[in-house]
Amino acid sequence: MPRITIDKEKCKGCLLCVSVCPKGAIKAGTKMNKRGITFVEFKKGGNCLGCAMCAVICPDCCIEVYK
Amino acid sequence: MTGNEAVAEGAIQAGCQFYAAYPITPQNELIAYMAKHMPARSGQLNRVFIQAESELAAINMVFGASAAGKRAMTSSSSPGMSLKQEGISYIAGAELPAVIVNMMRGGPGLGNIAPAQSDYFQATRGGGHGDYHSIVLAPSSVEEAYNLMFLAFNLADKYRNPVIVLGDGTLGQMMEPLKKVRNPESKIQNYKKPWALTGCKGRKPNVIKSFYMKEGALEEFNLKLQKKYKEIEENEQRWEESFLDDAEIILVAYGTMARVCRDVVDNLREKGKKIGLVRPISLWPFPKKVFHRFTGKADQRKRFLVVEMSYGQMVDDVRLSCCGKAKVEFIGHSGGGIPTGEEIIRKINEKNI
Amino acid sequence: MKKIFSRPESLKNVTTHYCAGCGHGLAHRLIAEVIDELNIREKVIAVAPVGCAVVAYDYWNFDCTEAAHGRALAVGTAIKRVRPDNIVFTYQGDGDLAAIGTNETIHAANRGENITAIFINNAIYGMTGGQMAPTTLLGQKTATTPKGRDVRFQGYPLNISLLLGTLPAVKYVERVSLHNPQEILKSKRAIKQAFQNQIDNIGFSLVEILSPCPTYWEMSSEKAMSWIRDTMTKEFPLRRIK
Repeated sequence: MPRITIDKEKCKGCLLCVSVCPKGAIKAGTKMNKRGITFVEFKKGGNCLGCAMCAVICPDCCIEVYK
Repeated sequence: MTGNEAVAEGAIQAGCQFYAAYPITPQNELIAYMAKHMPARSGQLNRVFIQAESELAAINMVFGASAAGKRAMTSSSSPGMSLKQEGISYIAGAELPAVIVNMMRGGPGLGNIAPAQSDYFQATRGGGHGDYHSIVLAPSSVEEAYNLMFLAFNLADKYRNPVIVLGDGTLGQMMEPLKKVRNPESKIQNYKKPWALTGCKGRKPNVIKSFYMKEGALEEFNLKLQKKYKEIEENEQRWEESFLDDAEIILVAYGTMARVCRDVVDNLREKGKKIGLVRPISLWPFPKKVFHRFTGKADQRKRFLVVEMSYGQMVDDVRLSCCGKAKVEFIGHSGGGIPTGEEIIRKINEKNI
Repeated sequence: MKKIFSRPESLKNVTTHYCAGCGHGLAHRLIAEVIDELNIREKVIAVAPVGCAVVAYDYWNFDCTEAAHGRALAVGTAIKRVRPDNIVFTYQGDGDLAAIGTNETIHAANRGENITAIFINNAIYGMTGGQMAPTTLLGQKTATTPKGRDVRFQGYPLNISLLLGTLPAVKYVERVSLHNPQEILKSKRAIKQAFQNQIDNIGFSLVEILSPCPTYWEMSSEKAMSWIRDTMTKEFPLRRIK
């Protein structure tokens, strides 16, 4: 099953990854990182395709994609 | 050879690898000489000549070439120097070596193309924004102009600091034989440049910058610069002196003006007048040391007469160096020509000093 | 399972100072990816601008210099001339490249310097707080055009890429955008072409990248991307200009 990892400390919560995910596998999170930013979360058991669109659009290079 | 050509030849001999400039009178022979000789004598140095689109571009090209580790230079005259101040401040702030030649002309504004020395403040006080100094060297002959180019490049590399060679229109245009008799300082000293941008093969990336946003970082950097300036002030004061042992009146002049003053001194010495001359060669650091000799009680009968092609700029440094303990007189003008020997002698007689 | 997307070696593993949704981070990464793919990291010398990307050298993992505002292409010209075997690129915003540095831009291009210019067009001055840029759109509100850019007083958005395309020494100009993953990948291809041109000694290449500034456009990151797609590309159409 493809999956992504999110570097929560680098995430700025811009939500661009959420906006481009074709499967809705990323969601706005509820937890804050050390910088006080609510970072996004990967939905476990979501339908990630490993298309890497989220990683491509992430301005902060905090997503790694495994397939 | 003209002074302009001697400066250019000196730069080439001193290993100048990059020259960019914008035409301006009275230094056009310099840019023309470089246009011809830099590519023709490129050799292994890969010498580059660029006629830049502006003074701003020229000085920033010098910034780039210097950041890449090369001996880089530009030249101009007064109005063009005003434009270069941005780049000189960045060069000082990024601690890059660079040589900048100013063949001064009349100002302010477009002024005229007559020789002048009215950019002294601009050159010695920094000129651009921020707390910095350029090293300033002032040749008074064609041969010295040639020789000082070696020193200029060496000091620039040694201290990673801009060096200004401050001449004037007369020096630039004047023809004198150039024997290329090099004094001991006139040879290339090679300084390693591990900071230069060469591509990061086999090392961590190098960064050239003058930007310090972290709290306290700029102050720390400025203190480092001030420490360097102190070292330069201690080690690099240069001057020529004549008859200081017994002189009661001492003329102080640099560059072309010192040539006139030397004639006055020779003339009056023949007539038995106890007169001497101090000719600062480094304008920053100003040769305070020579003036400090005359601030003791016993020397208070000494009088200084500062002669400039300006309305009084270097005279401030003479006064500061004398700390109010010697009498300092001034004669000078700019925009119309050079104070003559007769004028200077008249001034000496009228003051009866 | 294989890692199919991760940080390029040419991009340091640090958090940038950019606002959420800012396009600079994207453009930095694309350049870093291209440099990795072309295997030129150890030969690259970058010239960073004055503007939001002033500290790009803190993010890139190769040799960098700063340049005074607008002078990047003069600095880059000299570096490339004295070190022709290195790969030199400038990274400049709209204010840097098309306002205060227009002269340096046009003349470096007109000399046909064999360097690569990456031009970030976000139609605003971000670093100083959202003032009008030369590329600000007509009607666009900024700190210095509070009623919107008015052609009677501020003139038209400056299409510098089109202008540069008219110069015979300019070999490649393409305008791309970061507004969705497809366009981002196209941007990367254009950047790669511009670097490849330099490697092949072809001459001056410039890539204009339409880039989001959600903070000073006062939009969400997603809305900013739509604004590029729906509004900005009308004034600045995406295409190979030369």
